[in-house]
Amino acid sequence: MSQATLRIQKISGHAGTVPGEDTQREFTVCKLVDTTTCIGCKACEVACVEWNDMPFSQTTFDNTYQTMPDTRWNYWNLILFNEHEREDGTLQWLMRKHQCMHCAEPGCLEACPADGAIVQYTNGVVDFQQDHCIGCGYCVTGCPFNIPKFNSVTKRMYKCSLCTDRVSQGLEPACIKSCPTGCLHFGSKDDMKFLAEKRAKQLREHFGYENAGVYDPPGVGGTGVIYVLHDATKPELYGGLPSNPTIPLAVKFWKHPLKWLGNIALVGGLIGLFAHYLRFGPKAHDEPDVASKEGD
Amino acid sequence: MSHQEQLLPHDRVLRYEFNERMNHWVAAGSFIYLMLTGLAFWSPWLFWIASALGGAELSRMLHPWIGLVFFVAVCYMFALWSRQMNFDSVDAQWWKSLHYYIQNQDDKMPPAGRYNAGQKLLFWSFFGGAILLLASGVVLWFTESLPWSLRWMRYISVVVHAGTALLLIGNFMIHIYMGVFAERGAFGSVIRGDVSLAFAKRYHPGWYKEIVANSNRPK
Ligand code: HEM
Ligand code: SF4
Ligand code: SF4
Repeated sequence: MSQATLRIQKISGHAGTVPGEDTQREFTVCKLVDTTTCIGCKACEVACVEWNDMPFSQTTFDNTYQTMPDTRWNYWNLILFNEHEREDGTLQWLMRKHQCMHCAEPGCLEACPADGAIVQYTNGVVDFQQDHCIGCGYCVTGCPFNIPKFNSVTKRMYKCSLCTDRVSQGLEPACIKSCPTGCLHFGSKDDMKFLAEKRAKQLREHFGYENAGVYDPPGVGGTGVIYVLHDATKPELYGGLPSNPTIPLAVKFWKHPLKWLGNIALVGGLIGLFAHYLRFGPKAHDEPDVASKEGD
Repeated sequence: MSHQEQLLPHDRVLRYEFNERMNHWVAAGSFIYLMLTGLAFWSPWLFWIASALGGAELSRMLHPWIGLVFFVAVCYMFALWSRQMNFDSVDAQWWKSLHYYIQNQDDKMPPAGRYNAGQKLLFWSFFGGAILLLASGVVLWFTESLPWSLRWMRYISVVVHAGTALLLIGNFMIHIYMGVFAERGAFGSVIRGDVSLAFAKRYHPGWYKEIVANSNRPK
């Protein structure tokens, strides 16, 4: 982590300032997933497993195009499939590439108690550092997208790293590289936002999807993965994408007001007890007059 | 209560038998470990405590198990003491005189039994707190195995666990202050088991009367 320090903007469980904060500026990177051109081929799933050198993970078959129900500690990228029946009775196959969203305000990092187990680089990528992880699971509670996954053997958490090793060398993530339809794009957040809006406009004006739009939820400060959806008013249809994700209220309460109230109460209590001793001293039952006054 | 003779030679009174003392220290030792490792996860400024205790992974691994030890000790404590911890009319008066107690004017306090109202409240807060900490702690223990649809249990548990722990740590600080610094002789009662006659008469006159009444020793 030593050289990487200059490129970090947030550190989990860290006391004091972030070393190297604001010393380097980088583009915020972003993946753009156009769900309207995804064919559900799962090339990105395979590329992810390959590049990140993950052990074999058995798929399950449920009579649909769903490979497995959820991401796993060694399966970070999953196409979620939904056969949606529209109002006119026709069917629509919705496919969404599901992985860590690389939130600008990451709930996982907010919740994590271990110094440096989760970092956010200046390019916006949220990365788990397994060598600092203690396996407490707090990140699971903090994440609004159900992303961090636990390995019960190593007792550590895993998730998509946005191919930090590739991106830091100027390459695109493995999933983007593998996509045969070009529905995946990678670049700066501004460029991806521009491209996404353009595509949504095209869908609205030329393809009859009046509700087409871009998913970049403001509740978590925007995300490093944005989606073009045929119907942006119903993100839930796309494998349960939350319509307004935020860091859970309980987690905000726990990490802010409760923290301050608790700390003030504990330190205040210690000072109060010490002051009491200075003012009143110990209780003195051993004085002979007391013992005799209340004789039996 | 025991039928053992409680009036001891040299003006000493038996306050805690061996099993009471032993259980007190199992509860206290496990509580202190839980408090220290818990505080390490509570604040980044205290994370070093976990390193000092063998590393944060070890603390994460042991904290829940020691939590079970703590809970069992509190249950045994309940079996031993709960009957003496019921609030009565003396306690109502005791609360009204609390300011005298705080100012060390113990001669103005109503006659407490084996436990005064403050000690009873401490007992019940630890008993209730242990139940809440166990329930929320089990959720935190296996947090990653909980299905997404039950995530509200995680949200409740982090707040309940931290909130209850803070309350108990506050009560614990007062308890240590009273037992070690303010009431001389109290600490010895959970170590060697006995207190002086003066201690018993001064702080627990009701209890003292009971002991004298139950005593087999010729008066
Ligand atoms: C009764 C059984 C208990 C169980 C099963 C339990 C379990 C847990 C677990 C699994 C965690 C998550 C991280 C970790 O493992 O440290 C935790 C955190 C914590 N525990 Fe416990 N615990 C118990 C009792 C206690 C007690 C008696 C205290 C007393 C002070 C305590 C204080 C804490 C604190 C302060 C935290 C950190 C909370 C935060 O990060 O906000 N626990 N506990
Ligand atoms: S389990 Fe999650 S919250 Fe806990 S230390 Fe590891 S990364 Fe941080
Ligand atoms: S999606 Fe979850 S794991 Fe990914 S950055 Fe956001 S909060 Fe963290």
